[in-house]
Amino acid sequence: MTTLPVDPATTPDAVSAPAPTPTPQAEWRTLRGRNVGDRLYRVTLTALALVLPLLLVTLLAELVIGAWPAIQRFGLPFVWTSVWDPVAGVFGAAPMIFGTLASSLLALLIAVPLALGVAIYLTEFSPKWLRQPIAFLVELLAAIPSVVYGLWGIFVLIPFLRSYVVPPLRAALGWTPFFSGVFYGNSLLAGGIILAIMIVPYIAAVSREVLLAVPANQREAAIGMGATRWEAVWTAVVPYGRAGLIGAIILGLGRALGETMAVTMVIGNRHDISLSVLQPAYTMAAAIANEFSEAVGDLHLAAMFEVGLVLFVITVIVNAFARLLIWRVARGTAVGSRAL
Amino acid sequence: MKTTRLLALAALTLAAPAAAQVKLNGAGATFPSIIYQDWMLSYNKTHPDVQLNYQSIGSGGGIRQFSDGTVDFGGSDAPMSDSAIAAIQGNVLHIPTVLGAIVIAYNLPGVSQQLKFTPDVIADIFLGKVTKWNDARLASVNPGTSLPATDIVVVHRSDGSGTSFGFTDYLSKVSPEWRSKVGKGTSVNWRVGLGGKGNEGVAATVNQTPGGIGYIELAYATSNKVLFGQVRNSSGKFVTPSLESVTAALAGVLKTLPPTTDFRISITNPDGADAYPIATMTWLLVHKTYADIAKAKALVQFIWWAETDGQSRANELGYAALPKQLRPWIESRLKSITVDGKPVWTTAAR
Repeated sequence: MTTLPVDPATTPDAVSAPAPTPTPQAEWRTLRGRNVGDRLYRVTLTALALVLPLLLVTLLAELVIGAWPAIQRFGLPFVWTSVWDPVAGVFGAAPMIFGTLASSLLALLIAVPLALGVAIYLTEFSPKWLRQPIAFLVELLAAIPSVVYGLWGIFVLIPFLRSYVVPPLRAALGWTPFFSGVFYGNSLLAGGIILAIMIVPYIAAVSREVLLAVPANQREAAIGMGATRWEAVWTAVVPYGRAGLIGAIILGLGRALGETMAVTMVIGNRHDISLSVLQPAYTMAAAIANEFSEAVGDLHLAAMFEVGLVLFVITVIVNAFARLLIWRVARGTAVGSRAL
Repeated sequence: MKTTRLLALAALTLAAPAAAQVKLNGAGATFPSIIYQDWMLSYNKTHPDVQLNYQSIGSGGGIRQFSDGTVDFGGSDAPMSDSAIAAIQGNVLHIPTVLGAIVIAYNLPGVSQQLKFTPDVIADIFLGKVTKWNDARLASVNPGTSLPATDIVVVHRSDGSGTSFGFTDYLSKVSPEWRSKVGKGTSVNWRVGLGGKGNEGVAATVNQTPGGIGYIELAYATSNKVLFGQVRNSSGKFVTPSLESVTAALAGVLKTLPPTTDFRISITNPDGADAYPIATMTWLLVHKTYADIAKAKALVQFIWWAETDGQSRANELGYAALPKQLRPWIESRLKSITVDGKPVWTTAAR
């Protein structure tokens, strides 16, 4: 890419003094058009490259068309009103938007330290013979179907939370709004923990690759300057790979935002906004999975489409924000910044 | 003239198996899908020329696909609305197939007797007005049972479902407050509680939550050993839900119906001393007129078989059978199905 000369037509030199002999660029242009196979190849590749953006645009258009009756009826207040009454035909998605963001955030709070810990241990501290087995087991978590996570949540996690985790939590922090109210079991907390377990393998696997790609001389230099291994990791290795690590976290977040089955089984599916993580909540993906198939009224169906549209837009915003973050963070030479 | 036409038709029917297979596609409600699959499998064994296919995608999806003409017949746990029927120029018949009952399941550690519920208490529990298990009204109908002061945890369906429709339809009938504040539907604006996905989700949540109460299909509750209570019916008697009591419920409703009914009826809270009050019905949606004679004929024959011979499979699979009194009514509906203005029901259909 960088070795190609600048297009002569756009440079002032070429305009003021036309060259009698064809430049390599012009020669390439005339040659390029001659071979039918090459042309066909180029057209095919262009078409393939355009299919995905086109699919995205079609998806967006389809969502807008499907959601149109609801958009017309409720307008912007759809995203900040809380009543969801299919019988009366009144729909507001604020509780689901809140629940989606809150459960994903909670999942990140739990998953990021865990996943980074796993990745750092595996690349920096673990004995060689243990690396592959642990990495394999962590990645195996990603292969478990989400409905199995949901069942595990109902039968193991929630009773465990009820007996051993929530009572001390409430004793210590019950005075804050985040741990108030009666705990039924199915809750934002349960949903967040399930999501955290589900996204750990993604964040851990990508983080591990990023940390492995950090050149050994970064570590050697830090240790050579008298740093402990702990200091070497936090001053030389992690900052070097920061762009890649943020990318790994965003990948996990993207997955958390869209996860449906496991979350709906443990989050309580309640159209309500509560700051307390002990209270039931709802997510957009769960609501679509739950109500779409039995949405009888046209407006109900349109509202479901609009929920899908909002989820789509939020995902795009999160990804754009992540891109921005990586771009700002990666203004240096950081591992993974080019890949992302 | 008429006989020749009949003969021609008969010849056509006889020749049909060799000539072509008839494929009938249906989609809709999930609740009856087990018996529909069973029917279709057994029917195909005796009628190898007819291939039936039913996808359990939910009542809403069933009505949509049926209205769009994507499938030959639909299935629904909630009748089509007047506006939905008008949208397809009234070209639909609701044919009841099987019945179900909805039980009040609960989880109350330390209480071994079967609890009794009155309609007003059920409504107030689900409205969030009765919040403790030792509520005075609950205690007064359960003498001799020491009820703990546990919080009541309401569990409802989070997914849209015919079970929710039947349950909220019942509550709307017995509680004016429920009717005005919540209403009936496959999904409604629940006032309190947790949402569980599917019968299994509600059952699991109730079982895992001390103080939990929820509503579940009878078939699911019995096969999974969920505790459920008796409900007081309109005659003032506490009835334990059973398949027979549901069949009795519809028989009670039939007496009050005109024979010309379109079957878009509700069988909750019926008259009858032994009728269990929270009963549901599920329908097949078929067109009044079809374009393809072979398809229409096969469909009518299959439905008639399901309404007669097929009913014997119902109890075994956890559904309540239709009362026998209903058969002539259904027969007359099937006879009204036409192709090119001519009824497809012939003597051969039997």
